[in-house]
Amino acid sequence: MIRFENVGLRYGLGPEVLRDLNFGIEGHSFQFLTGPSGAGKSSLLRLLLLSLRPTRGLISMFDEDTARLSKDARANLRRRIGIVFQDFRLLDHMTTYENVALPLRVLGREEADYRAEVVELLQWVGLGERMGALPPVLSGGEKQRAAIARAVIARPQLLLADEPTGNVDPNLGQRLLRLFVELNKSGTAVVIATHDIALMDEYDARRLVLHEGRLHVYD
Amino acid sequence: MSMTEPIETMAEPWDDVHASPSVVRAVRASTAIVPKDSIAGRSLTVVVAIMTFLASLTTGVAMLVVSAASDWQSDVGREVTIQVRPAPAHNIDADVRSAVEIARAAAGVAEVRPFTKEESARLVEPWLGGGLALEDLPIPRLIVVKLAFGARPDFTSLRQVLAARVPTASLDDHRRWIDRMRTMAETAVVACIAVLALVWAVTVLSVTFATRGTMATNRPIVEVLHYVGATDSFVSGQFQRHFLLLGFKGGVIGGGAAILLFAIVEAANSWLVDTPGGDEIAGLFGNLSIGVAGYLAILLQIAFMALVTAFASRRTVNRTLEMID
Repeated sequence: MIRFENVGLRYGLGPEVLRDLNFGIEGHSFQFLTGPSGAGKSSLLRLLLLSLRPTRGLISMFDEDTARLSKDARANLRRRIGIVFQDFRLLDHMTTYENVALPLRVLGREEADYRAEVVELLQWVGLGERMGALPPVLSGGEKQRAAIARAVIARPQLLLADEPTGNVDPNLGQRLLRLFVELNKSGTAVVIATHDIALMDEYDARRLVLHEGRLHVYD
Repeated sequence: MSMTEPIETMAEPWDDVHASPSVVRAVRASTAIVPKDSIAGRSLTVVVAIMTFLASLTTGVAMLVVSAASDWQSDVGREVTIQVRPAPAHNIDADVRSAVEIARAAAGVAEVRPFTKEESARLVEPWLGGGLALEDLPIPRLIVVKLAFGARPDFTSLRQVLAARVPTASLDDHRRWIDRMRTMAETAVVACIAVLALVWAVTVLSVTFATRGTMATNRPIVEVLHYVGATDSFVSGQFQRHFLLLGFKGGVIGGGAAILLFAIVEAANSWLVDTPGGDEIAGLFGNLSIGVAGYLAILLQIAFMALVTAFASRRTVNRTLEMID
């Protein structure tokens, strides 16, 4: 589904933060992306989200060479990828329901068409009673679940999560992990960036370890 | 991925939480993607309103000055004066009558009106005092010659005829005054245009910077839209629409206030007609009305201000998207 070949990334004239990345992400797969702070996890996630362009190498996604894509084509490809940010990035002026429905509004779908889908997903992540609440009054765990729901509402083929358990207690972290596992079982490839060893020990999955800009894959 | 089927069969991590039907019924996706009412948005509306008001005021005043300057020139230019000087062995009244006849016979002359003795006395009254007997003093007599609209009489031949038949008469075509008046009027017009250009430059710049400042508070929205797969045109379209409305609202408030002000001044001016103060103002500035063209110019400024705001927001969104991508 996604293939990186000799990919390197540097910011401006600085040193390469990512070097010679060669790996693939298959459909329906589950993997943790880990490494010490500053190893380049967020940069790699941004490359996967088409939010950064590599300074060298080839990235192909869904059988497309990303370097050859127009802006609109990149946006269309991005719709097949869901992202959960560490800081949630929910829009404070919109209710939880509206935040989760946002990707569908962007797709131009009518509310009557997606309403049941959004309500069902919010029920599933345990935010049924909170769907009318604004993000500032949600707890950290609720925000995280709303962010996850927003990331998967448009049924992406790949789900990226940046430190999804970084701001929650271990019990909630476990429940969130279970959520990701269930989403993976339904067919979504999942990449969870984390340096929470305990979380990774909870589930036996492929590990992509970044160290000094290089990636080591442990299947 | 099929969301409906797997959700039903999956173990639910949060199966202990259920939404009541009333909550489900209550939610609606009615909120605009770009927040309609924010402090930054209100500040931008105020900035646009103030700048539109000032720009409209400057435009209106500039139009008044240009129109008044043109009126001064045409008023002075449409009048010439014949002066008949008293001289020994000359009957000044007969000379005045001859000069009036010559003037009336000239082509392009609409009206000839000799000043009576009393009127001539009033002209010198500020210097010599009242109750003057003109027979005691060698005071010249004036004849006001009004020219037909658009006519350019041959002053050279009129001078020659006057010199031949009434040697004590001389023609003053006010050329010296007209030239001065034209210079003054042109200077006033250039100054008005310069001030208008400066006010417009400041208006466009301040509205652009205020829009950018307001846009900065909306950067998280731009980023989220970008990450959930919105195309650049979708994102910039959302903001452009929102800021077009903000700019239009501010423009209507500021331009509307300026229109109201000019309407009040115009009404006050018409009430003061035939009063000493009103006549002085009318003498200087005409009828103090910016006319249909002036009101139309203010309406155009309102539309222009909304477009400047929308354009500035679009540029800022595009720049933000370029930085993200």
